Amino acid sequence: MTRANKTKGLVAAAIAALVALPVVADENAKLIVNDEIEMITEAPAPDHMENMTIIRSGWTFRTKETQALQMDDFENPGMPAVDAAMDAWNTVEGTAGKACATCHEGPESMKGVRAVYPKWNEAAGEVRTLTMQINDCRTTNMGAEEWKYIAPEMVAMEALISMQSRGMPVNVAIDGPVQATWEQGKELYYTRFGQLELSCANCHEDNYDNLIRADHLSQGHINGFPVYRLKNTRLNAVHDRFRGCIRDTRGETFSVGSPEFVALELYVASRGNGLSVEGPSVRN
Amino acid sequence: MRLALGMAAMSVLVAGAAPAGEIAPKDVVYDEYGAVETSLTGVPGDPANGAAVLANRGTGNCVACHASTALADVPFHGEVGPMLDGAGSRWSEAELRGLIANAKMTFDGTIMPAFYKTSGYIRPGNAFTGKAAETPELPPLLTAQEVEDVVAFLMTLKDE
Ligand code: HEC
Ligand code: HEC
Repeated sequence: MTRANKTKGLVAAAIAALVALPVVADENAKLIVNDEIEMITEAPAPDHMENMTIIRSGWTFRTKETQALQMDDFENPGMPAVDAAMDAWNTVEGTAGKACATCHEGPESMKGVRAVYPKWNEAAGEVRTLTMQINDCRTTNMGAEEWKYIAPEMVAMEALISMQSRGMPVNVAIDGPVQATWEQGKELYYTRFGQLELSCANCHEDNYDNLIRADHLSQGHINGFPVYRLKNTRLNAVHDRFRGCIRDTRGETFSVGSPEFVALELYVASRGNGLSVEGPSVRN
Repeated sequence: MRLALGMAAMSVLVAGAAPAGEIAPKDVVYDEYGAVETSLTGVPGDPANGAAVLANRGTGNCVACHASTALADVPFHGEVGPMLDGAGSRWSEAELRGLIANAKMTFDGTIMPAFYKTSGYIRPGNAFTGKAAETPELPPLLTAQEVEDVVAFLMTLKDE
């Protein structure tokens, strides 16, 4: 055997080993954005998850083409909305004559914020989503109008804020004052809604990685939100996605911003503790 | 007035009183293993229509969860449930009827929806609108005859 042939043989064996071990192949698909921000797309499941050992970002379930769009901000179709939010950040609005920038300087000051929401707000005595916090700043601090819960301006602002935490692990608290809300969210996650009697867990815990018709089911994490979906060509809010998934059970959904969806958001976010904040991510 | 009467007549239909000779969803009798002996309509099932029901997103959409070699020309078969090939050899007609009408009677807690059932849901919606159901009882996902057609099709799926 010539040297060259020997090498070829070795390479072929290595490829065969890769094919036989899909786990190894998966680990090779790394999400590094702009050749710079390394994302954790697979992690040990947090202790509070009873039925799962590893958690995987929705990114790992998408096709190579869709994955690639998220690896470079120039390709990421969610970025124009972020630019618009940058303008809104600096725009004075409301009776107090303030912009976000008046109190917070640049958006970099928001680093770490996305990773810990929803979280307890002591003064208000409530669990707050990032959306609720943005609206509280608008009304209380700026004297401006609230944005609608999933209005494009709101989702874009969330994308701008999420971006500052990209790569940081989601780390939502589940105990102390938020515990009751977390329990409520968990209860909702395992409730079989609608005429099809399907729970979130039926699809995203029992059947992730399976095809349901043409859809490759992910674990349904929200670390990537807001998500640009190629299907509806816009940034999508968490509660919008929850609404769509319950609608697909032939069920009556809850409203965006409802206490039920706030609780569900807290619970689903906590299932992704350990995955990187990816927003704005790209999915199909 | 006329319209209102027409609508009242419709809602009676929806709410259960099955056409003469049909067994209404709430009257279906399951044996202890979940099988249903008696035909829901007394009319033999049409396997060709059954195949269409399995493939159609708007009715059975069974291929969302199941693959079937006999339906290879239909795009996108799911992986949530077992392959249906050979189902007609594995199960009797009565067992298949029970499985389609309400699979929870055969497999406790299964993810497979009940196709001939009208109540007992949590937050039932108005089809895929996301809005609340308009009547306390929903129309079943499949009509009695569609269930019979699906059963007839599944009975043709024999092991080689
Ligand atoms: C009938 C099956 C089904 C049920 C039930 C379901 N989903 Fe989904 N869900 C999907 C499909 C299909 C997608 C798109 C593919 C994917 O990302 O998994 C999806 C996507 C998602 C995503 C987006 C993930 C990402 O990376 O962008 C989230 C979040 C989600 N679901 C949460 C939920 C929650 C919470 C519930 C319960 C209220 C739920 N789903 C119930 C089928 C379902
Ligand atoms: C949401 C998913 C889902 C849908 C939709 C669904 N099924 Fe199922 N089905 C399952 C699962 C899962 C099982 C396995 C039972 C179990 O272990 O829970 C099953 C079991 C079966 C079986 C027994 C399989 C065997 O070979 O032993 C038959 C037959 C069947 N389904 C037919 C159908 C037909 C026909 C339809 C449509 C009218 C349908 N299913 C729709 C999920 C589904």
